[in-house]
Amino acid sequence: MGIATASQTIGPYWHLIEDKDWADLTRFGATGDKIVLTGTIFDGDGKPCPDTCVEIWQSDPPTSDTFPGFGRANSDATGTFRLTTIKPGPVAGLGNAQQAPHIAICLLGRGLMAGLVTRAYFAGDPLNATDPLLSSIEDPALRGTLIAVADGPGVWRLDIRLQGDGETVFLDV
Amino acid sequence: MSDPIPFRPYAPGSQPSLDTPDYVTTRKRHPLRAPIKIPHTVTETTGPVFSQTHFPPSVDLTINTTGQKALGERIVVAGTILDEDGRPVPHTMVEVWQANATGRYDHPGDQHDAPLDPNFHGAGRVYTDANGRYRIVTIRPGAYPWPNHHNAWRPTHIHFSYFGPAFASRLVTQMYFPGDPLLAFDPIFNAIPDTRARDRLIAAFDMDITEADYALGYRFDVVLRGRGATPMEA
Ligand SMILES: [Fe+2]
Repeated sequence: MGIATASQTIGPYWHLIEDKDWADLTRFGATGDKIVLTGTIFDGDGKPCPDTCVEIWQSDPPTSDTFPGFGRANSDATGTFRLTTIKPGPVAGLGNAQQAPHIAICLLGRGLMAGLVTRAYFAGDPLNATDPLLSSIEDPALRGTLIAVADGPGVWRLDIRLQGDGETVFLDV
Repeated sequence: MSDPIPFRPYAPGSQPSLDTPDYVTTRKRHPLRAPIKIPHTVTETTGPVFSQTHFPPSVDLTINTTGQKALGERIVVAGTILDEDGRPVPHTMVEVWQANATGRYDHPGDQHDAPLDPNFHGAGRVYTDANGRYRIVTIRPGAYPWPNHHNAWRPTHIHFSYFGPAFASRLVTQMYFPGDPLLAFDPIFNAIPDTRARDRLIAAFDMDITEADYALGYRFDVVLRGRGATPMEA
């Protein structure tokens, strides 16, 4: 039996992010509730991280010729990323559970030896209360690090703090 | 609907720690709290399937910008992508990017005082075949300095990105070259605890991949996570 190959940092990822189109998951003609997911990434000193690669994956809506389900954006000089996608609906959890609508996020970057995984849920969604992951986190401040907030029409903001005060909840997947 | 089959946890020692103080940038970027272990759901066990129409392959990095040939030692890198159970990972996207032969990235962010090659950009994308095999043609990159510590040099390396079948099988890594004296000094390579896991990132010179009168060949095989037989404990 093999052992999974080791991760190494993506580094400053010079070329991986050159195709800016990847930040728009609707570019092949997807229709639905088009939203922007944006946020700023901060390091342990509270300084913005201008060189992070933010990848997202969502299993809903299902991938198709018009919707890749996967997107990628860099954080800019202010540490801010911006992705355009279709707002997901609820997806199956384990057993009979249902998961609230969410987008999986993987951060890759200089100074990250492996991908940092987290999720963006959507504030105000009634299913958040019964989502298995959200309801397993007792501290509302911690839970809040996984919940994007409305920031204008169709715009959802999730700031990500890598370390220290307000540190984002990361997931071991 | 039955629950999805989870991916197995990583083998102990096989993955680098996020907290790797010798790699200075990790000091302010590694989380202090342990990540929450979550059972794999459809979010983790599914992943993107890239259409080659939307994401066309570009196999030969030595001609992929201007049509003129890049300078440097031409090489072929080929290998097989398997999962931990030895099954090939077919038709999956492999992304590759690297410095040119002088150790300079064709990118405005790279300020290293080494010449650019107008005929080498240094980025490619290929797909594995039905048997999990891939092959690229490129230039052997140069080593380059970086500001981590005094006289710090990255070993010669090529960056690789893999997807596999799921969000949980995503892998970004670096391929190194056999016999590179810089490996012993590199905090990124040495962040992997298990020396065997480290050594698996070093490609092997391979006469079968070497093409007569054309290019030296290196084998770089990669293993992506396999699925566990039993559901992971929550
Ligand atoms: Fe590099």
